Amino acid sequence: MTRRILLSAGLAATAGLMVMAETLPAQAQVRAFVTNERDHTMSVVDLDSLKVIETVKTGRRPRGITASPDGKLIYVAASDDNRVEVYDSKTFKLVKTLRSGPDPELFVLAPSGNPLYIANEDDNMVTAVNVENNELVAEIPVGVEPEGMGVSPDGKYLVNTSETTNMAHVIDTATNEVIENILVDSRPRVAQFNHDGTQLWVSAEVGGTVAVIDPKDKWKIIKKIGFEIPGVNKDAIQPVGIRITKDGSKAFVALGPANRVAIVDTKTLEVEKYLLVGQRVWQLGFTPDEKLILSTNGNSNDVSIIDVGAEKVTKSVAVGRSPWGVVMVP
Amino acid sequence: MKRMVGAAAAKAVLAVAILAMAGMPLPASAQQETPAPAPTAPKPAAAATQSFRIGLVRQMPELPPWIAPLTAPPENLGVAGAELGIRDALASGRFLKLDYTLATEIVPTDGDPLPAAQQLADAGNGFILLDVPAAQLIRIADALKDKDVLLINVGAPDDSLRQQDCRANVLHVAPNRAMLTDALAQFLMTKRWRNWFLFTGRTEGDKLYAESVRNSAKKFGAKIVAEKVWDYGPDARATAQSEVPRATQVGEYDILVVADEQGEFGDILPYNTWLARPTAGTQGLMSLAWHPTMENWGASQLQNRFFKQHQRMMQPLDFQMWEGVFAVASAGMKTRSSEVGKIRAQLLAPDYDLPVFKGVAASFRPWDHQLRQPILLTHATNTVTLSPQQAYLHQRTPLDTLGFDQPESRCKFN
Repeated sequence: MTRRILLSAGLAATAGLMVMAETLPAQAQVRAFVTNERDHTMSVVDLDSLKVIETVKTGRRPRGITASPDGKLIYVAASDDNRVEVYDSKTFKLVKTLRSGPDPELFVLAPSGNPLYIANEDDNMVTAVNVENNELVAEIPVGVEPEGMGVSPDGKYLVNTSETTNMAHVIDTATNEVIENILVDSRPRVAQFNHDGTQLWVSAEVGGTVAVIDPKDKWKIIKKIGFEIPGVNKDAIQPVGIRITKDGSKAFVALGPANRVAIVDTKTLEVEKYLLVGQRVWQLGFTPDEKLILSTNGNSNDVSIIDVGAEKVTKSVAVGRSPWGVVMVP
Repeated sequence: MKRMVGAAAAKAVLAVAILAMAGMPLPASAQQETPAPAPTAPKPAAAATQSFRIGLVRQMPELPPWIAPLTAPPENLGVAGAELGIRDALASGRFLKLDYTLATEIVPTDGDPLPAAQQLADAGNGFILLDVPAAQLIRIADALKDKDVLLINVGAPDDSLRQQDCRANVLHVAPNRAMLTDALAQFLMTKRWRNWFLFTGRTEGDKLYAESVRNSAKKFGAKIVAEKVWDYGPDARATAQSEVPRATQVGEYDILVVADEQGEFGDILPYNTWLARPTAGTQGLMSLAWHPTMENWGASQLQNRFFKQHQRMMQPLDFQMWEGVFAVASAGMKTRSSEVGKIRAQLLAPDYDLPVFKGVAASFRPWDHQLRQPILLTHATNTVTLSPQQAYLHQRTPLDTLGFDQPESRCKFN
């Protein structure tokens, strides 16, 4: 913690520092959970010391990761074991496993914490599972290679992207039926709503764009954001992970083998800045206070720590092989 | 390479292909030879169902003199990939009321594929995948020149089809020999294995492949330090241990590059050479469009889907036919119209990209209609790398370092 204050001291206003100091005890316990796809482990990083404090053995090929709303449970998709594993975020012990359908990659929890919506890549299906009793709630047929999963803040809409169909499918969670299909660019990977549900962002990895969609206006695409980085080949710019700040002002987009995270102004939808991170940056995650955002860098086997206010990369921390996803809990 | 594209008795294949089609969970329209719906009413796009009728002509290649058990070609080789392409297209297309059908014609080795292609065109198939020899492909292209049909070459690797013999109504999904040998050359140069011993087989294809190897060596600065033509007969398996060491005493070299598209002797070279040197080319480290060991960039999902449908691994020709169908289907998602002209324009549009599970998108070169895509370098049990290699840069896309770039193109449409 001390080190981080020192790092940002030059940039933070005095008042800001006071606020940070006041939240210090809670901050000190923030931990990042990182799935390592090719190690079959999960690294636990203490965000105070910026050290890996535990490496948890998981099922095979852990990818998608999320936390329960109260931060007590960590959900991990063990893709090659066809199950979801649930860990205690304090003891790091496996609490239980949930059914997932075949080859789970990404999932999203309903804002209430139940059910868990899982994309089954090999099965053209989204599976909804009750996390309390492990019962199958629904199986929803979608396009080819379902991947990205986003849920609206009010929980009414679930959005799944299908990588080969190149669509975002909007599902009404009351009926579990597809109500809209939005054609986006090639290989859509991630769907993310902003916090007031006025924008839906969908990244297209091979298309190289992020579509910003208006859920209130018939799910129309407002704009496709393109990316240009001097000296980086266009083929290498592959948007994947997306995170939007709670105040709705900034979006962070991980650009894969371009090794950059783009910062986008959510009002103008213009790219403001590119931050150099590790190799093949994949997914992103905020700390609970949103002062930091972490990127998983699959080919350099580390996570980059980005100061959200200063818009700077402050540190990288080595984790396991092919870090895939990250979630942080207080 | 050709070895995997090899042959089986034509009759048996025909029967199995028909059975496979009948057993496919496609809408009934896929199996019927109903005449094409008149391609005239695309006014309110997406309102009415748009039907994409895809034909496929495969002429069985000549049987090689022997086939190793591991590389025996499945009877539905290639066609199986087109069938998966149709299934994928239907899974995506149902959201936009797009329908896709496949009509397959298998022609025996000594048969004539032209009437089969003409029949498919007359039956209203606006898109026809062709796996036929180069000379037949030109005949078909010229015969159908004035028809509203787009031909997609999924099999023939001949450079001439992309150069002086190019045709405006043909797109090439199969990589040509220049792409394959350039991909290999880039990797060998990256490894600093610059001195090559080129060992060429007896067939016309082998000679063309060897010529392509020489061109790639020149292009990327490698040196062919020795050349030989295989003259130990079509089946030297029993005597390989004594004959290959003698055949490979050519002085120093870094790697043996073999040109043997039928698979007559390439696989008996490794571990039998006089010097301890690796083998690459059509055998050993092979340059291919696809291989069952390809896993990255979502490739394992395509492999899994293929395995589920066909209970076997996906081979290069399967992949090339899948790509052919997928190219039409993905363009159709954008046009939402099955009009051949619109699909052709979309396929050749500057912003068209085809995600083919190789890390970067494939697209068609406007100057010769060749699909530019990464090429695998793989041995029997592992994909070693994909070319283009990192060090090879290009002002447009690194993919244009493989095969014929615009300045080298001798293709003139019309």
